[in-house]
Amino acid sequence: MNSEERHIFSVLVENRFGVLARVAGLFSGRGFNIDSLNVAETHDKSISHITLVTHGDAQIIDQIYQHLNRLIDVIEVTDLSTAGTHVERELVLIKIATDDPQKRTEILQVAEVFRGRVIDMKPASIVLEITGDEGKLKAAIDIFNTYGILELARTGKIAMLRGSEKKE
Amino acid sequence: MELKGAQILVDGLKREGVEYIFGVNGGAAMPIFDALYGETEIKLIPMRHEQGASHAADGYARVTGKVGVALATSGPGATNLVTGIATAYMDSIPMVAITGQVFTHYIGSDAFQECDVIGVTRPICKHSYLIKSSDEIADVVAEAFHIAQTGKPGPVIIDIAKDAQNNEALFEYPETVDIRSYKPQVHGDPAQIAKAAALIKEAKRPMLYAGGGVVLANASEELRQLTLNTQIPITVTLMGLGAFPETHPLAMEMPGMHGSCCANYAFTGSDLVIAVGARFDDRVTGDLSKFAPNAKKIHIDIDASCIGKNVPVDVPIVGDAKSVLTELNKQVSTADIDPWRDQIQEWKRKYPFEYEQKSDVVMPQYVIEKIYEHYSDAIVVADVGQHQMWAAQYFKFTEPRQWLNSGGLGTMGFSLPAAIGAQLGCPDKTVVNINGDGSYIMTIQELVPAVTMQLPLKIFIINNMYLGMVRQWQELFHGKRYSAVDYHDNPDFALLAQAFGATGLRVEHPDDVEPALQKAKGITDGPVVIDFIVDEEENVFPMVPAGAGLGDVIRGLS
Repeated sequence: MNSEERHIFSVLVENRFGVLARVAGLFSGRGFNIDSLNVAETHDKSISHITLVTHGDAQIIDQIYQHLNRLIDVIEVTDLSTAGTHVERELVLIKIATDDPQKRTEILQVAEVFRGRVIDMKPASIVLEITGDEGKLKAAIDIFNTYGILELARTGKIAMLRGSEKKE
Repeated sequence: MELKGAQILVDGLKREGVEYIFGVNGGAAMPIFDALYGETEIKLIPMRHEQGASHAADGYARVTGKVGVALATSGPGATNLVTGIATAYMDSIPMVAITGQVFTHYIGSDAFQECDVIGVTRPICKHSYLIKSSDEIADVVAEAFHIAQTGKPGPVIIDIAKDAQNNEALFEYPETVDIRSYKPQVHGDPAQIAKAAALIKEAKRPMLYAGGGVVLANASEELRQLTLNTQIPITVTLMGLGAFPETHPLAMEMPGMHGSCCANYAFTGSDLVIAVGARFDDRVTGDLSKFAPNAKKIHIDIDASCIGKNVPVDVPIVGDAKSVLTELNKQVSTADIDPWRDQIQEWKRKYPFEYEQKSDVVMPQYVIEKIYEHYSDAIVVADVGQHQMWAAQYFKFTEPRQWLNSGGLGTMGFSLPAAIGAQLGCPDKTVVNINGDGSYIMTIQELVPAVTMQLPLKIFIINNMYLGMVRQWQELFHGKRYSAVDYHDNPDFALLAQAFGATGLRVEHPDDVEPALQKAKGITDGPVVIDFIVDEEENVFPMVPAGAGLGDVIRGLS
């Protein structure tokens, strides 16, 4: 009962102002933590997709699910961690200092291993784009940390169910 | 036809059948009050404080089952509504609160009387709208009323920028409301209902536990049928009082902290608890680890998030109480549980609510008993504190919507304005306001509109010159250190009532209780206030101390 688990919620909401505050407020008001949050419009402009990663015991996760469902502007909630197998990705931008050419070559080689792309290159720095799941990004960040990360930004996780698996 | 936004709002409210709006005027709401000027279909009731407006709208909603409407200006007007909105939210009362907002181009600029009321009220309302354009008003009003009164009811806030009130738009009121993200579940899952019926059949020590949800769903009739069909003993919570007549032999009366020993012992001994529209509130359950330890639980509730929140449930049924009970009633019959019924009757006999009568001091419980004798059919609006518990214990409620109180939030100051709303909602009924000396003075200003409208409210103050419930806790748990509870410096409420233009009486001796109540009965052209000066340090018993199990109830006398 008390073992904490990470859960990924996929939440479809009305795309209008104030909705994110309602979702976030539901967590802050109850002292639940949001580990990662991504919000963007879907192919239907009237709907936004929120991918929300949180953790808690079974009772807290159930409460989160029920309370999300209770919000008037929430169209659909899926707990991806229990609803079936899902795919998840996150994108990270990493700016690394490249003060000497030797180091730059090495960084480019490491980036290759993680299938990273160079999206900006200056004499003293380089910006890489890497996508992947949590494990891969952690490995990449750990290695680039040894070269000196100047700046890092990540999108937060986005996720969906595989193939034609029905949402519950 | 193009109309001003404020007029669209008023016409929309008419389409929703609004009879009364309780409000306080102010800058950012002036166009709305202007549109209500001379209006005959909707009556505007000017209150003296916005908190009074929201409680009055709440009281109106509680007695009628219709949506109550409160109206205030921006900034401080809106923040003053907040306590009333939170009160309605905690008790799931259908309400629409309308607030003026500063001009759209000033929003976010810290303009005069600007406040982000949507932000402030986000966790205490069912939903809210900020309107920045006149053409949104009609749709929003229709949606707000739909949301406020369907599913689990609750307050909805409509915040309207002043330019949206002033600008013109086409008035097209939607015939129906369809919100794709909001489809409350009405009917319970038939398989779950069948499971519940099977558990009821097997149980040897079953009990019904009904709450305010039964009243909100207008399901009292169905609850009575279920109780009578099965002959299962029933306890009704503070919020549900009247949903089942407390005068019936199967009624165990209220459970919980100050509930009957019978109901609390029943929980501890029961093997099946059938909860209907009740939420296993901490004031009912006491220590959760000791709550109904041997009982399976059936939980019927409109709100899925309420089920399993505090207590693990064996058979959850999400749905409207009226619909679910109607189905359940088809599948149950008289329970074969005579030994259990005998046990309940024995507890009832042995442990009634009781107090020690005194000859020289007015006992608060005695006043309630006398009020019950004289006003058994009245609507009773209680405030919060010891008097609320005594009223719940000693007044025997028999009808739903006969008992109003702020059970969830426990808002002191609720009752006088709520009584005004109740009296307007039920003009043919007698409305009795049972108040405390601490709570009465919190919203005493609302005596003004009551006098102006000549409402025949019976305002009975159980005056022990203390913030009594807190004093009781200080006596029992803080070594009698009476910090900030001494109210002996309160004014003379009888004289003060007269200053307001009401009838004011003061009762200090037990022999004067009866004649004063008689006299109050004859006054029908305005409010009457009786200040009952009662035993100062009388405590509310039985009592389950916070954190204790229901079996550890302190009975008080003997």
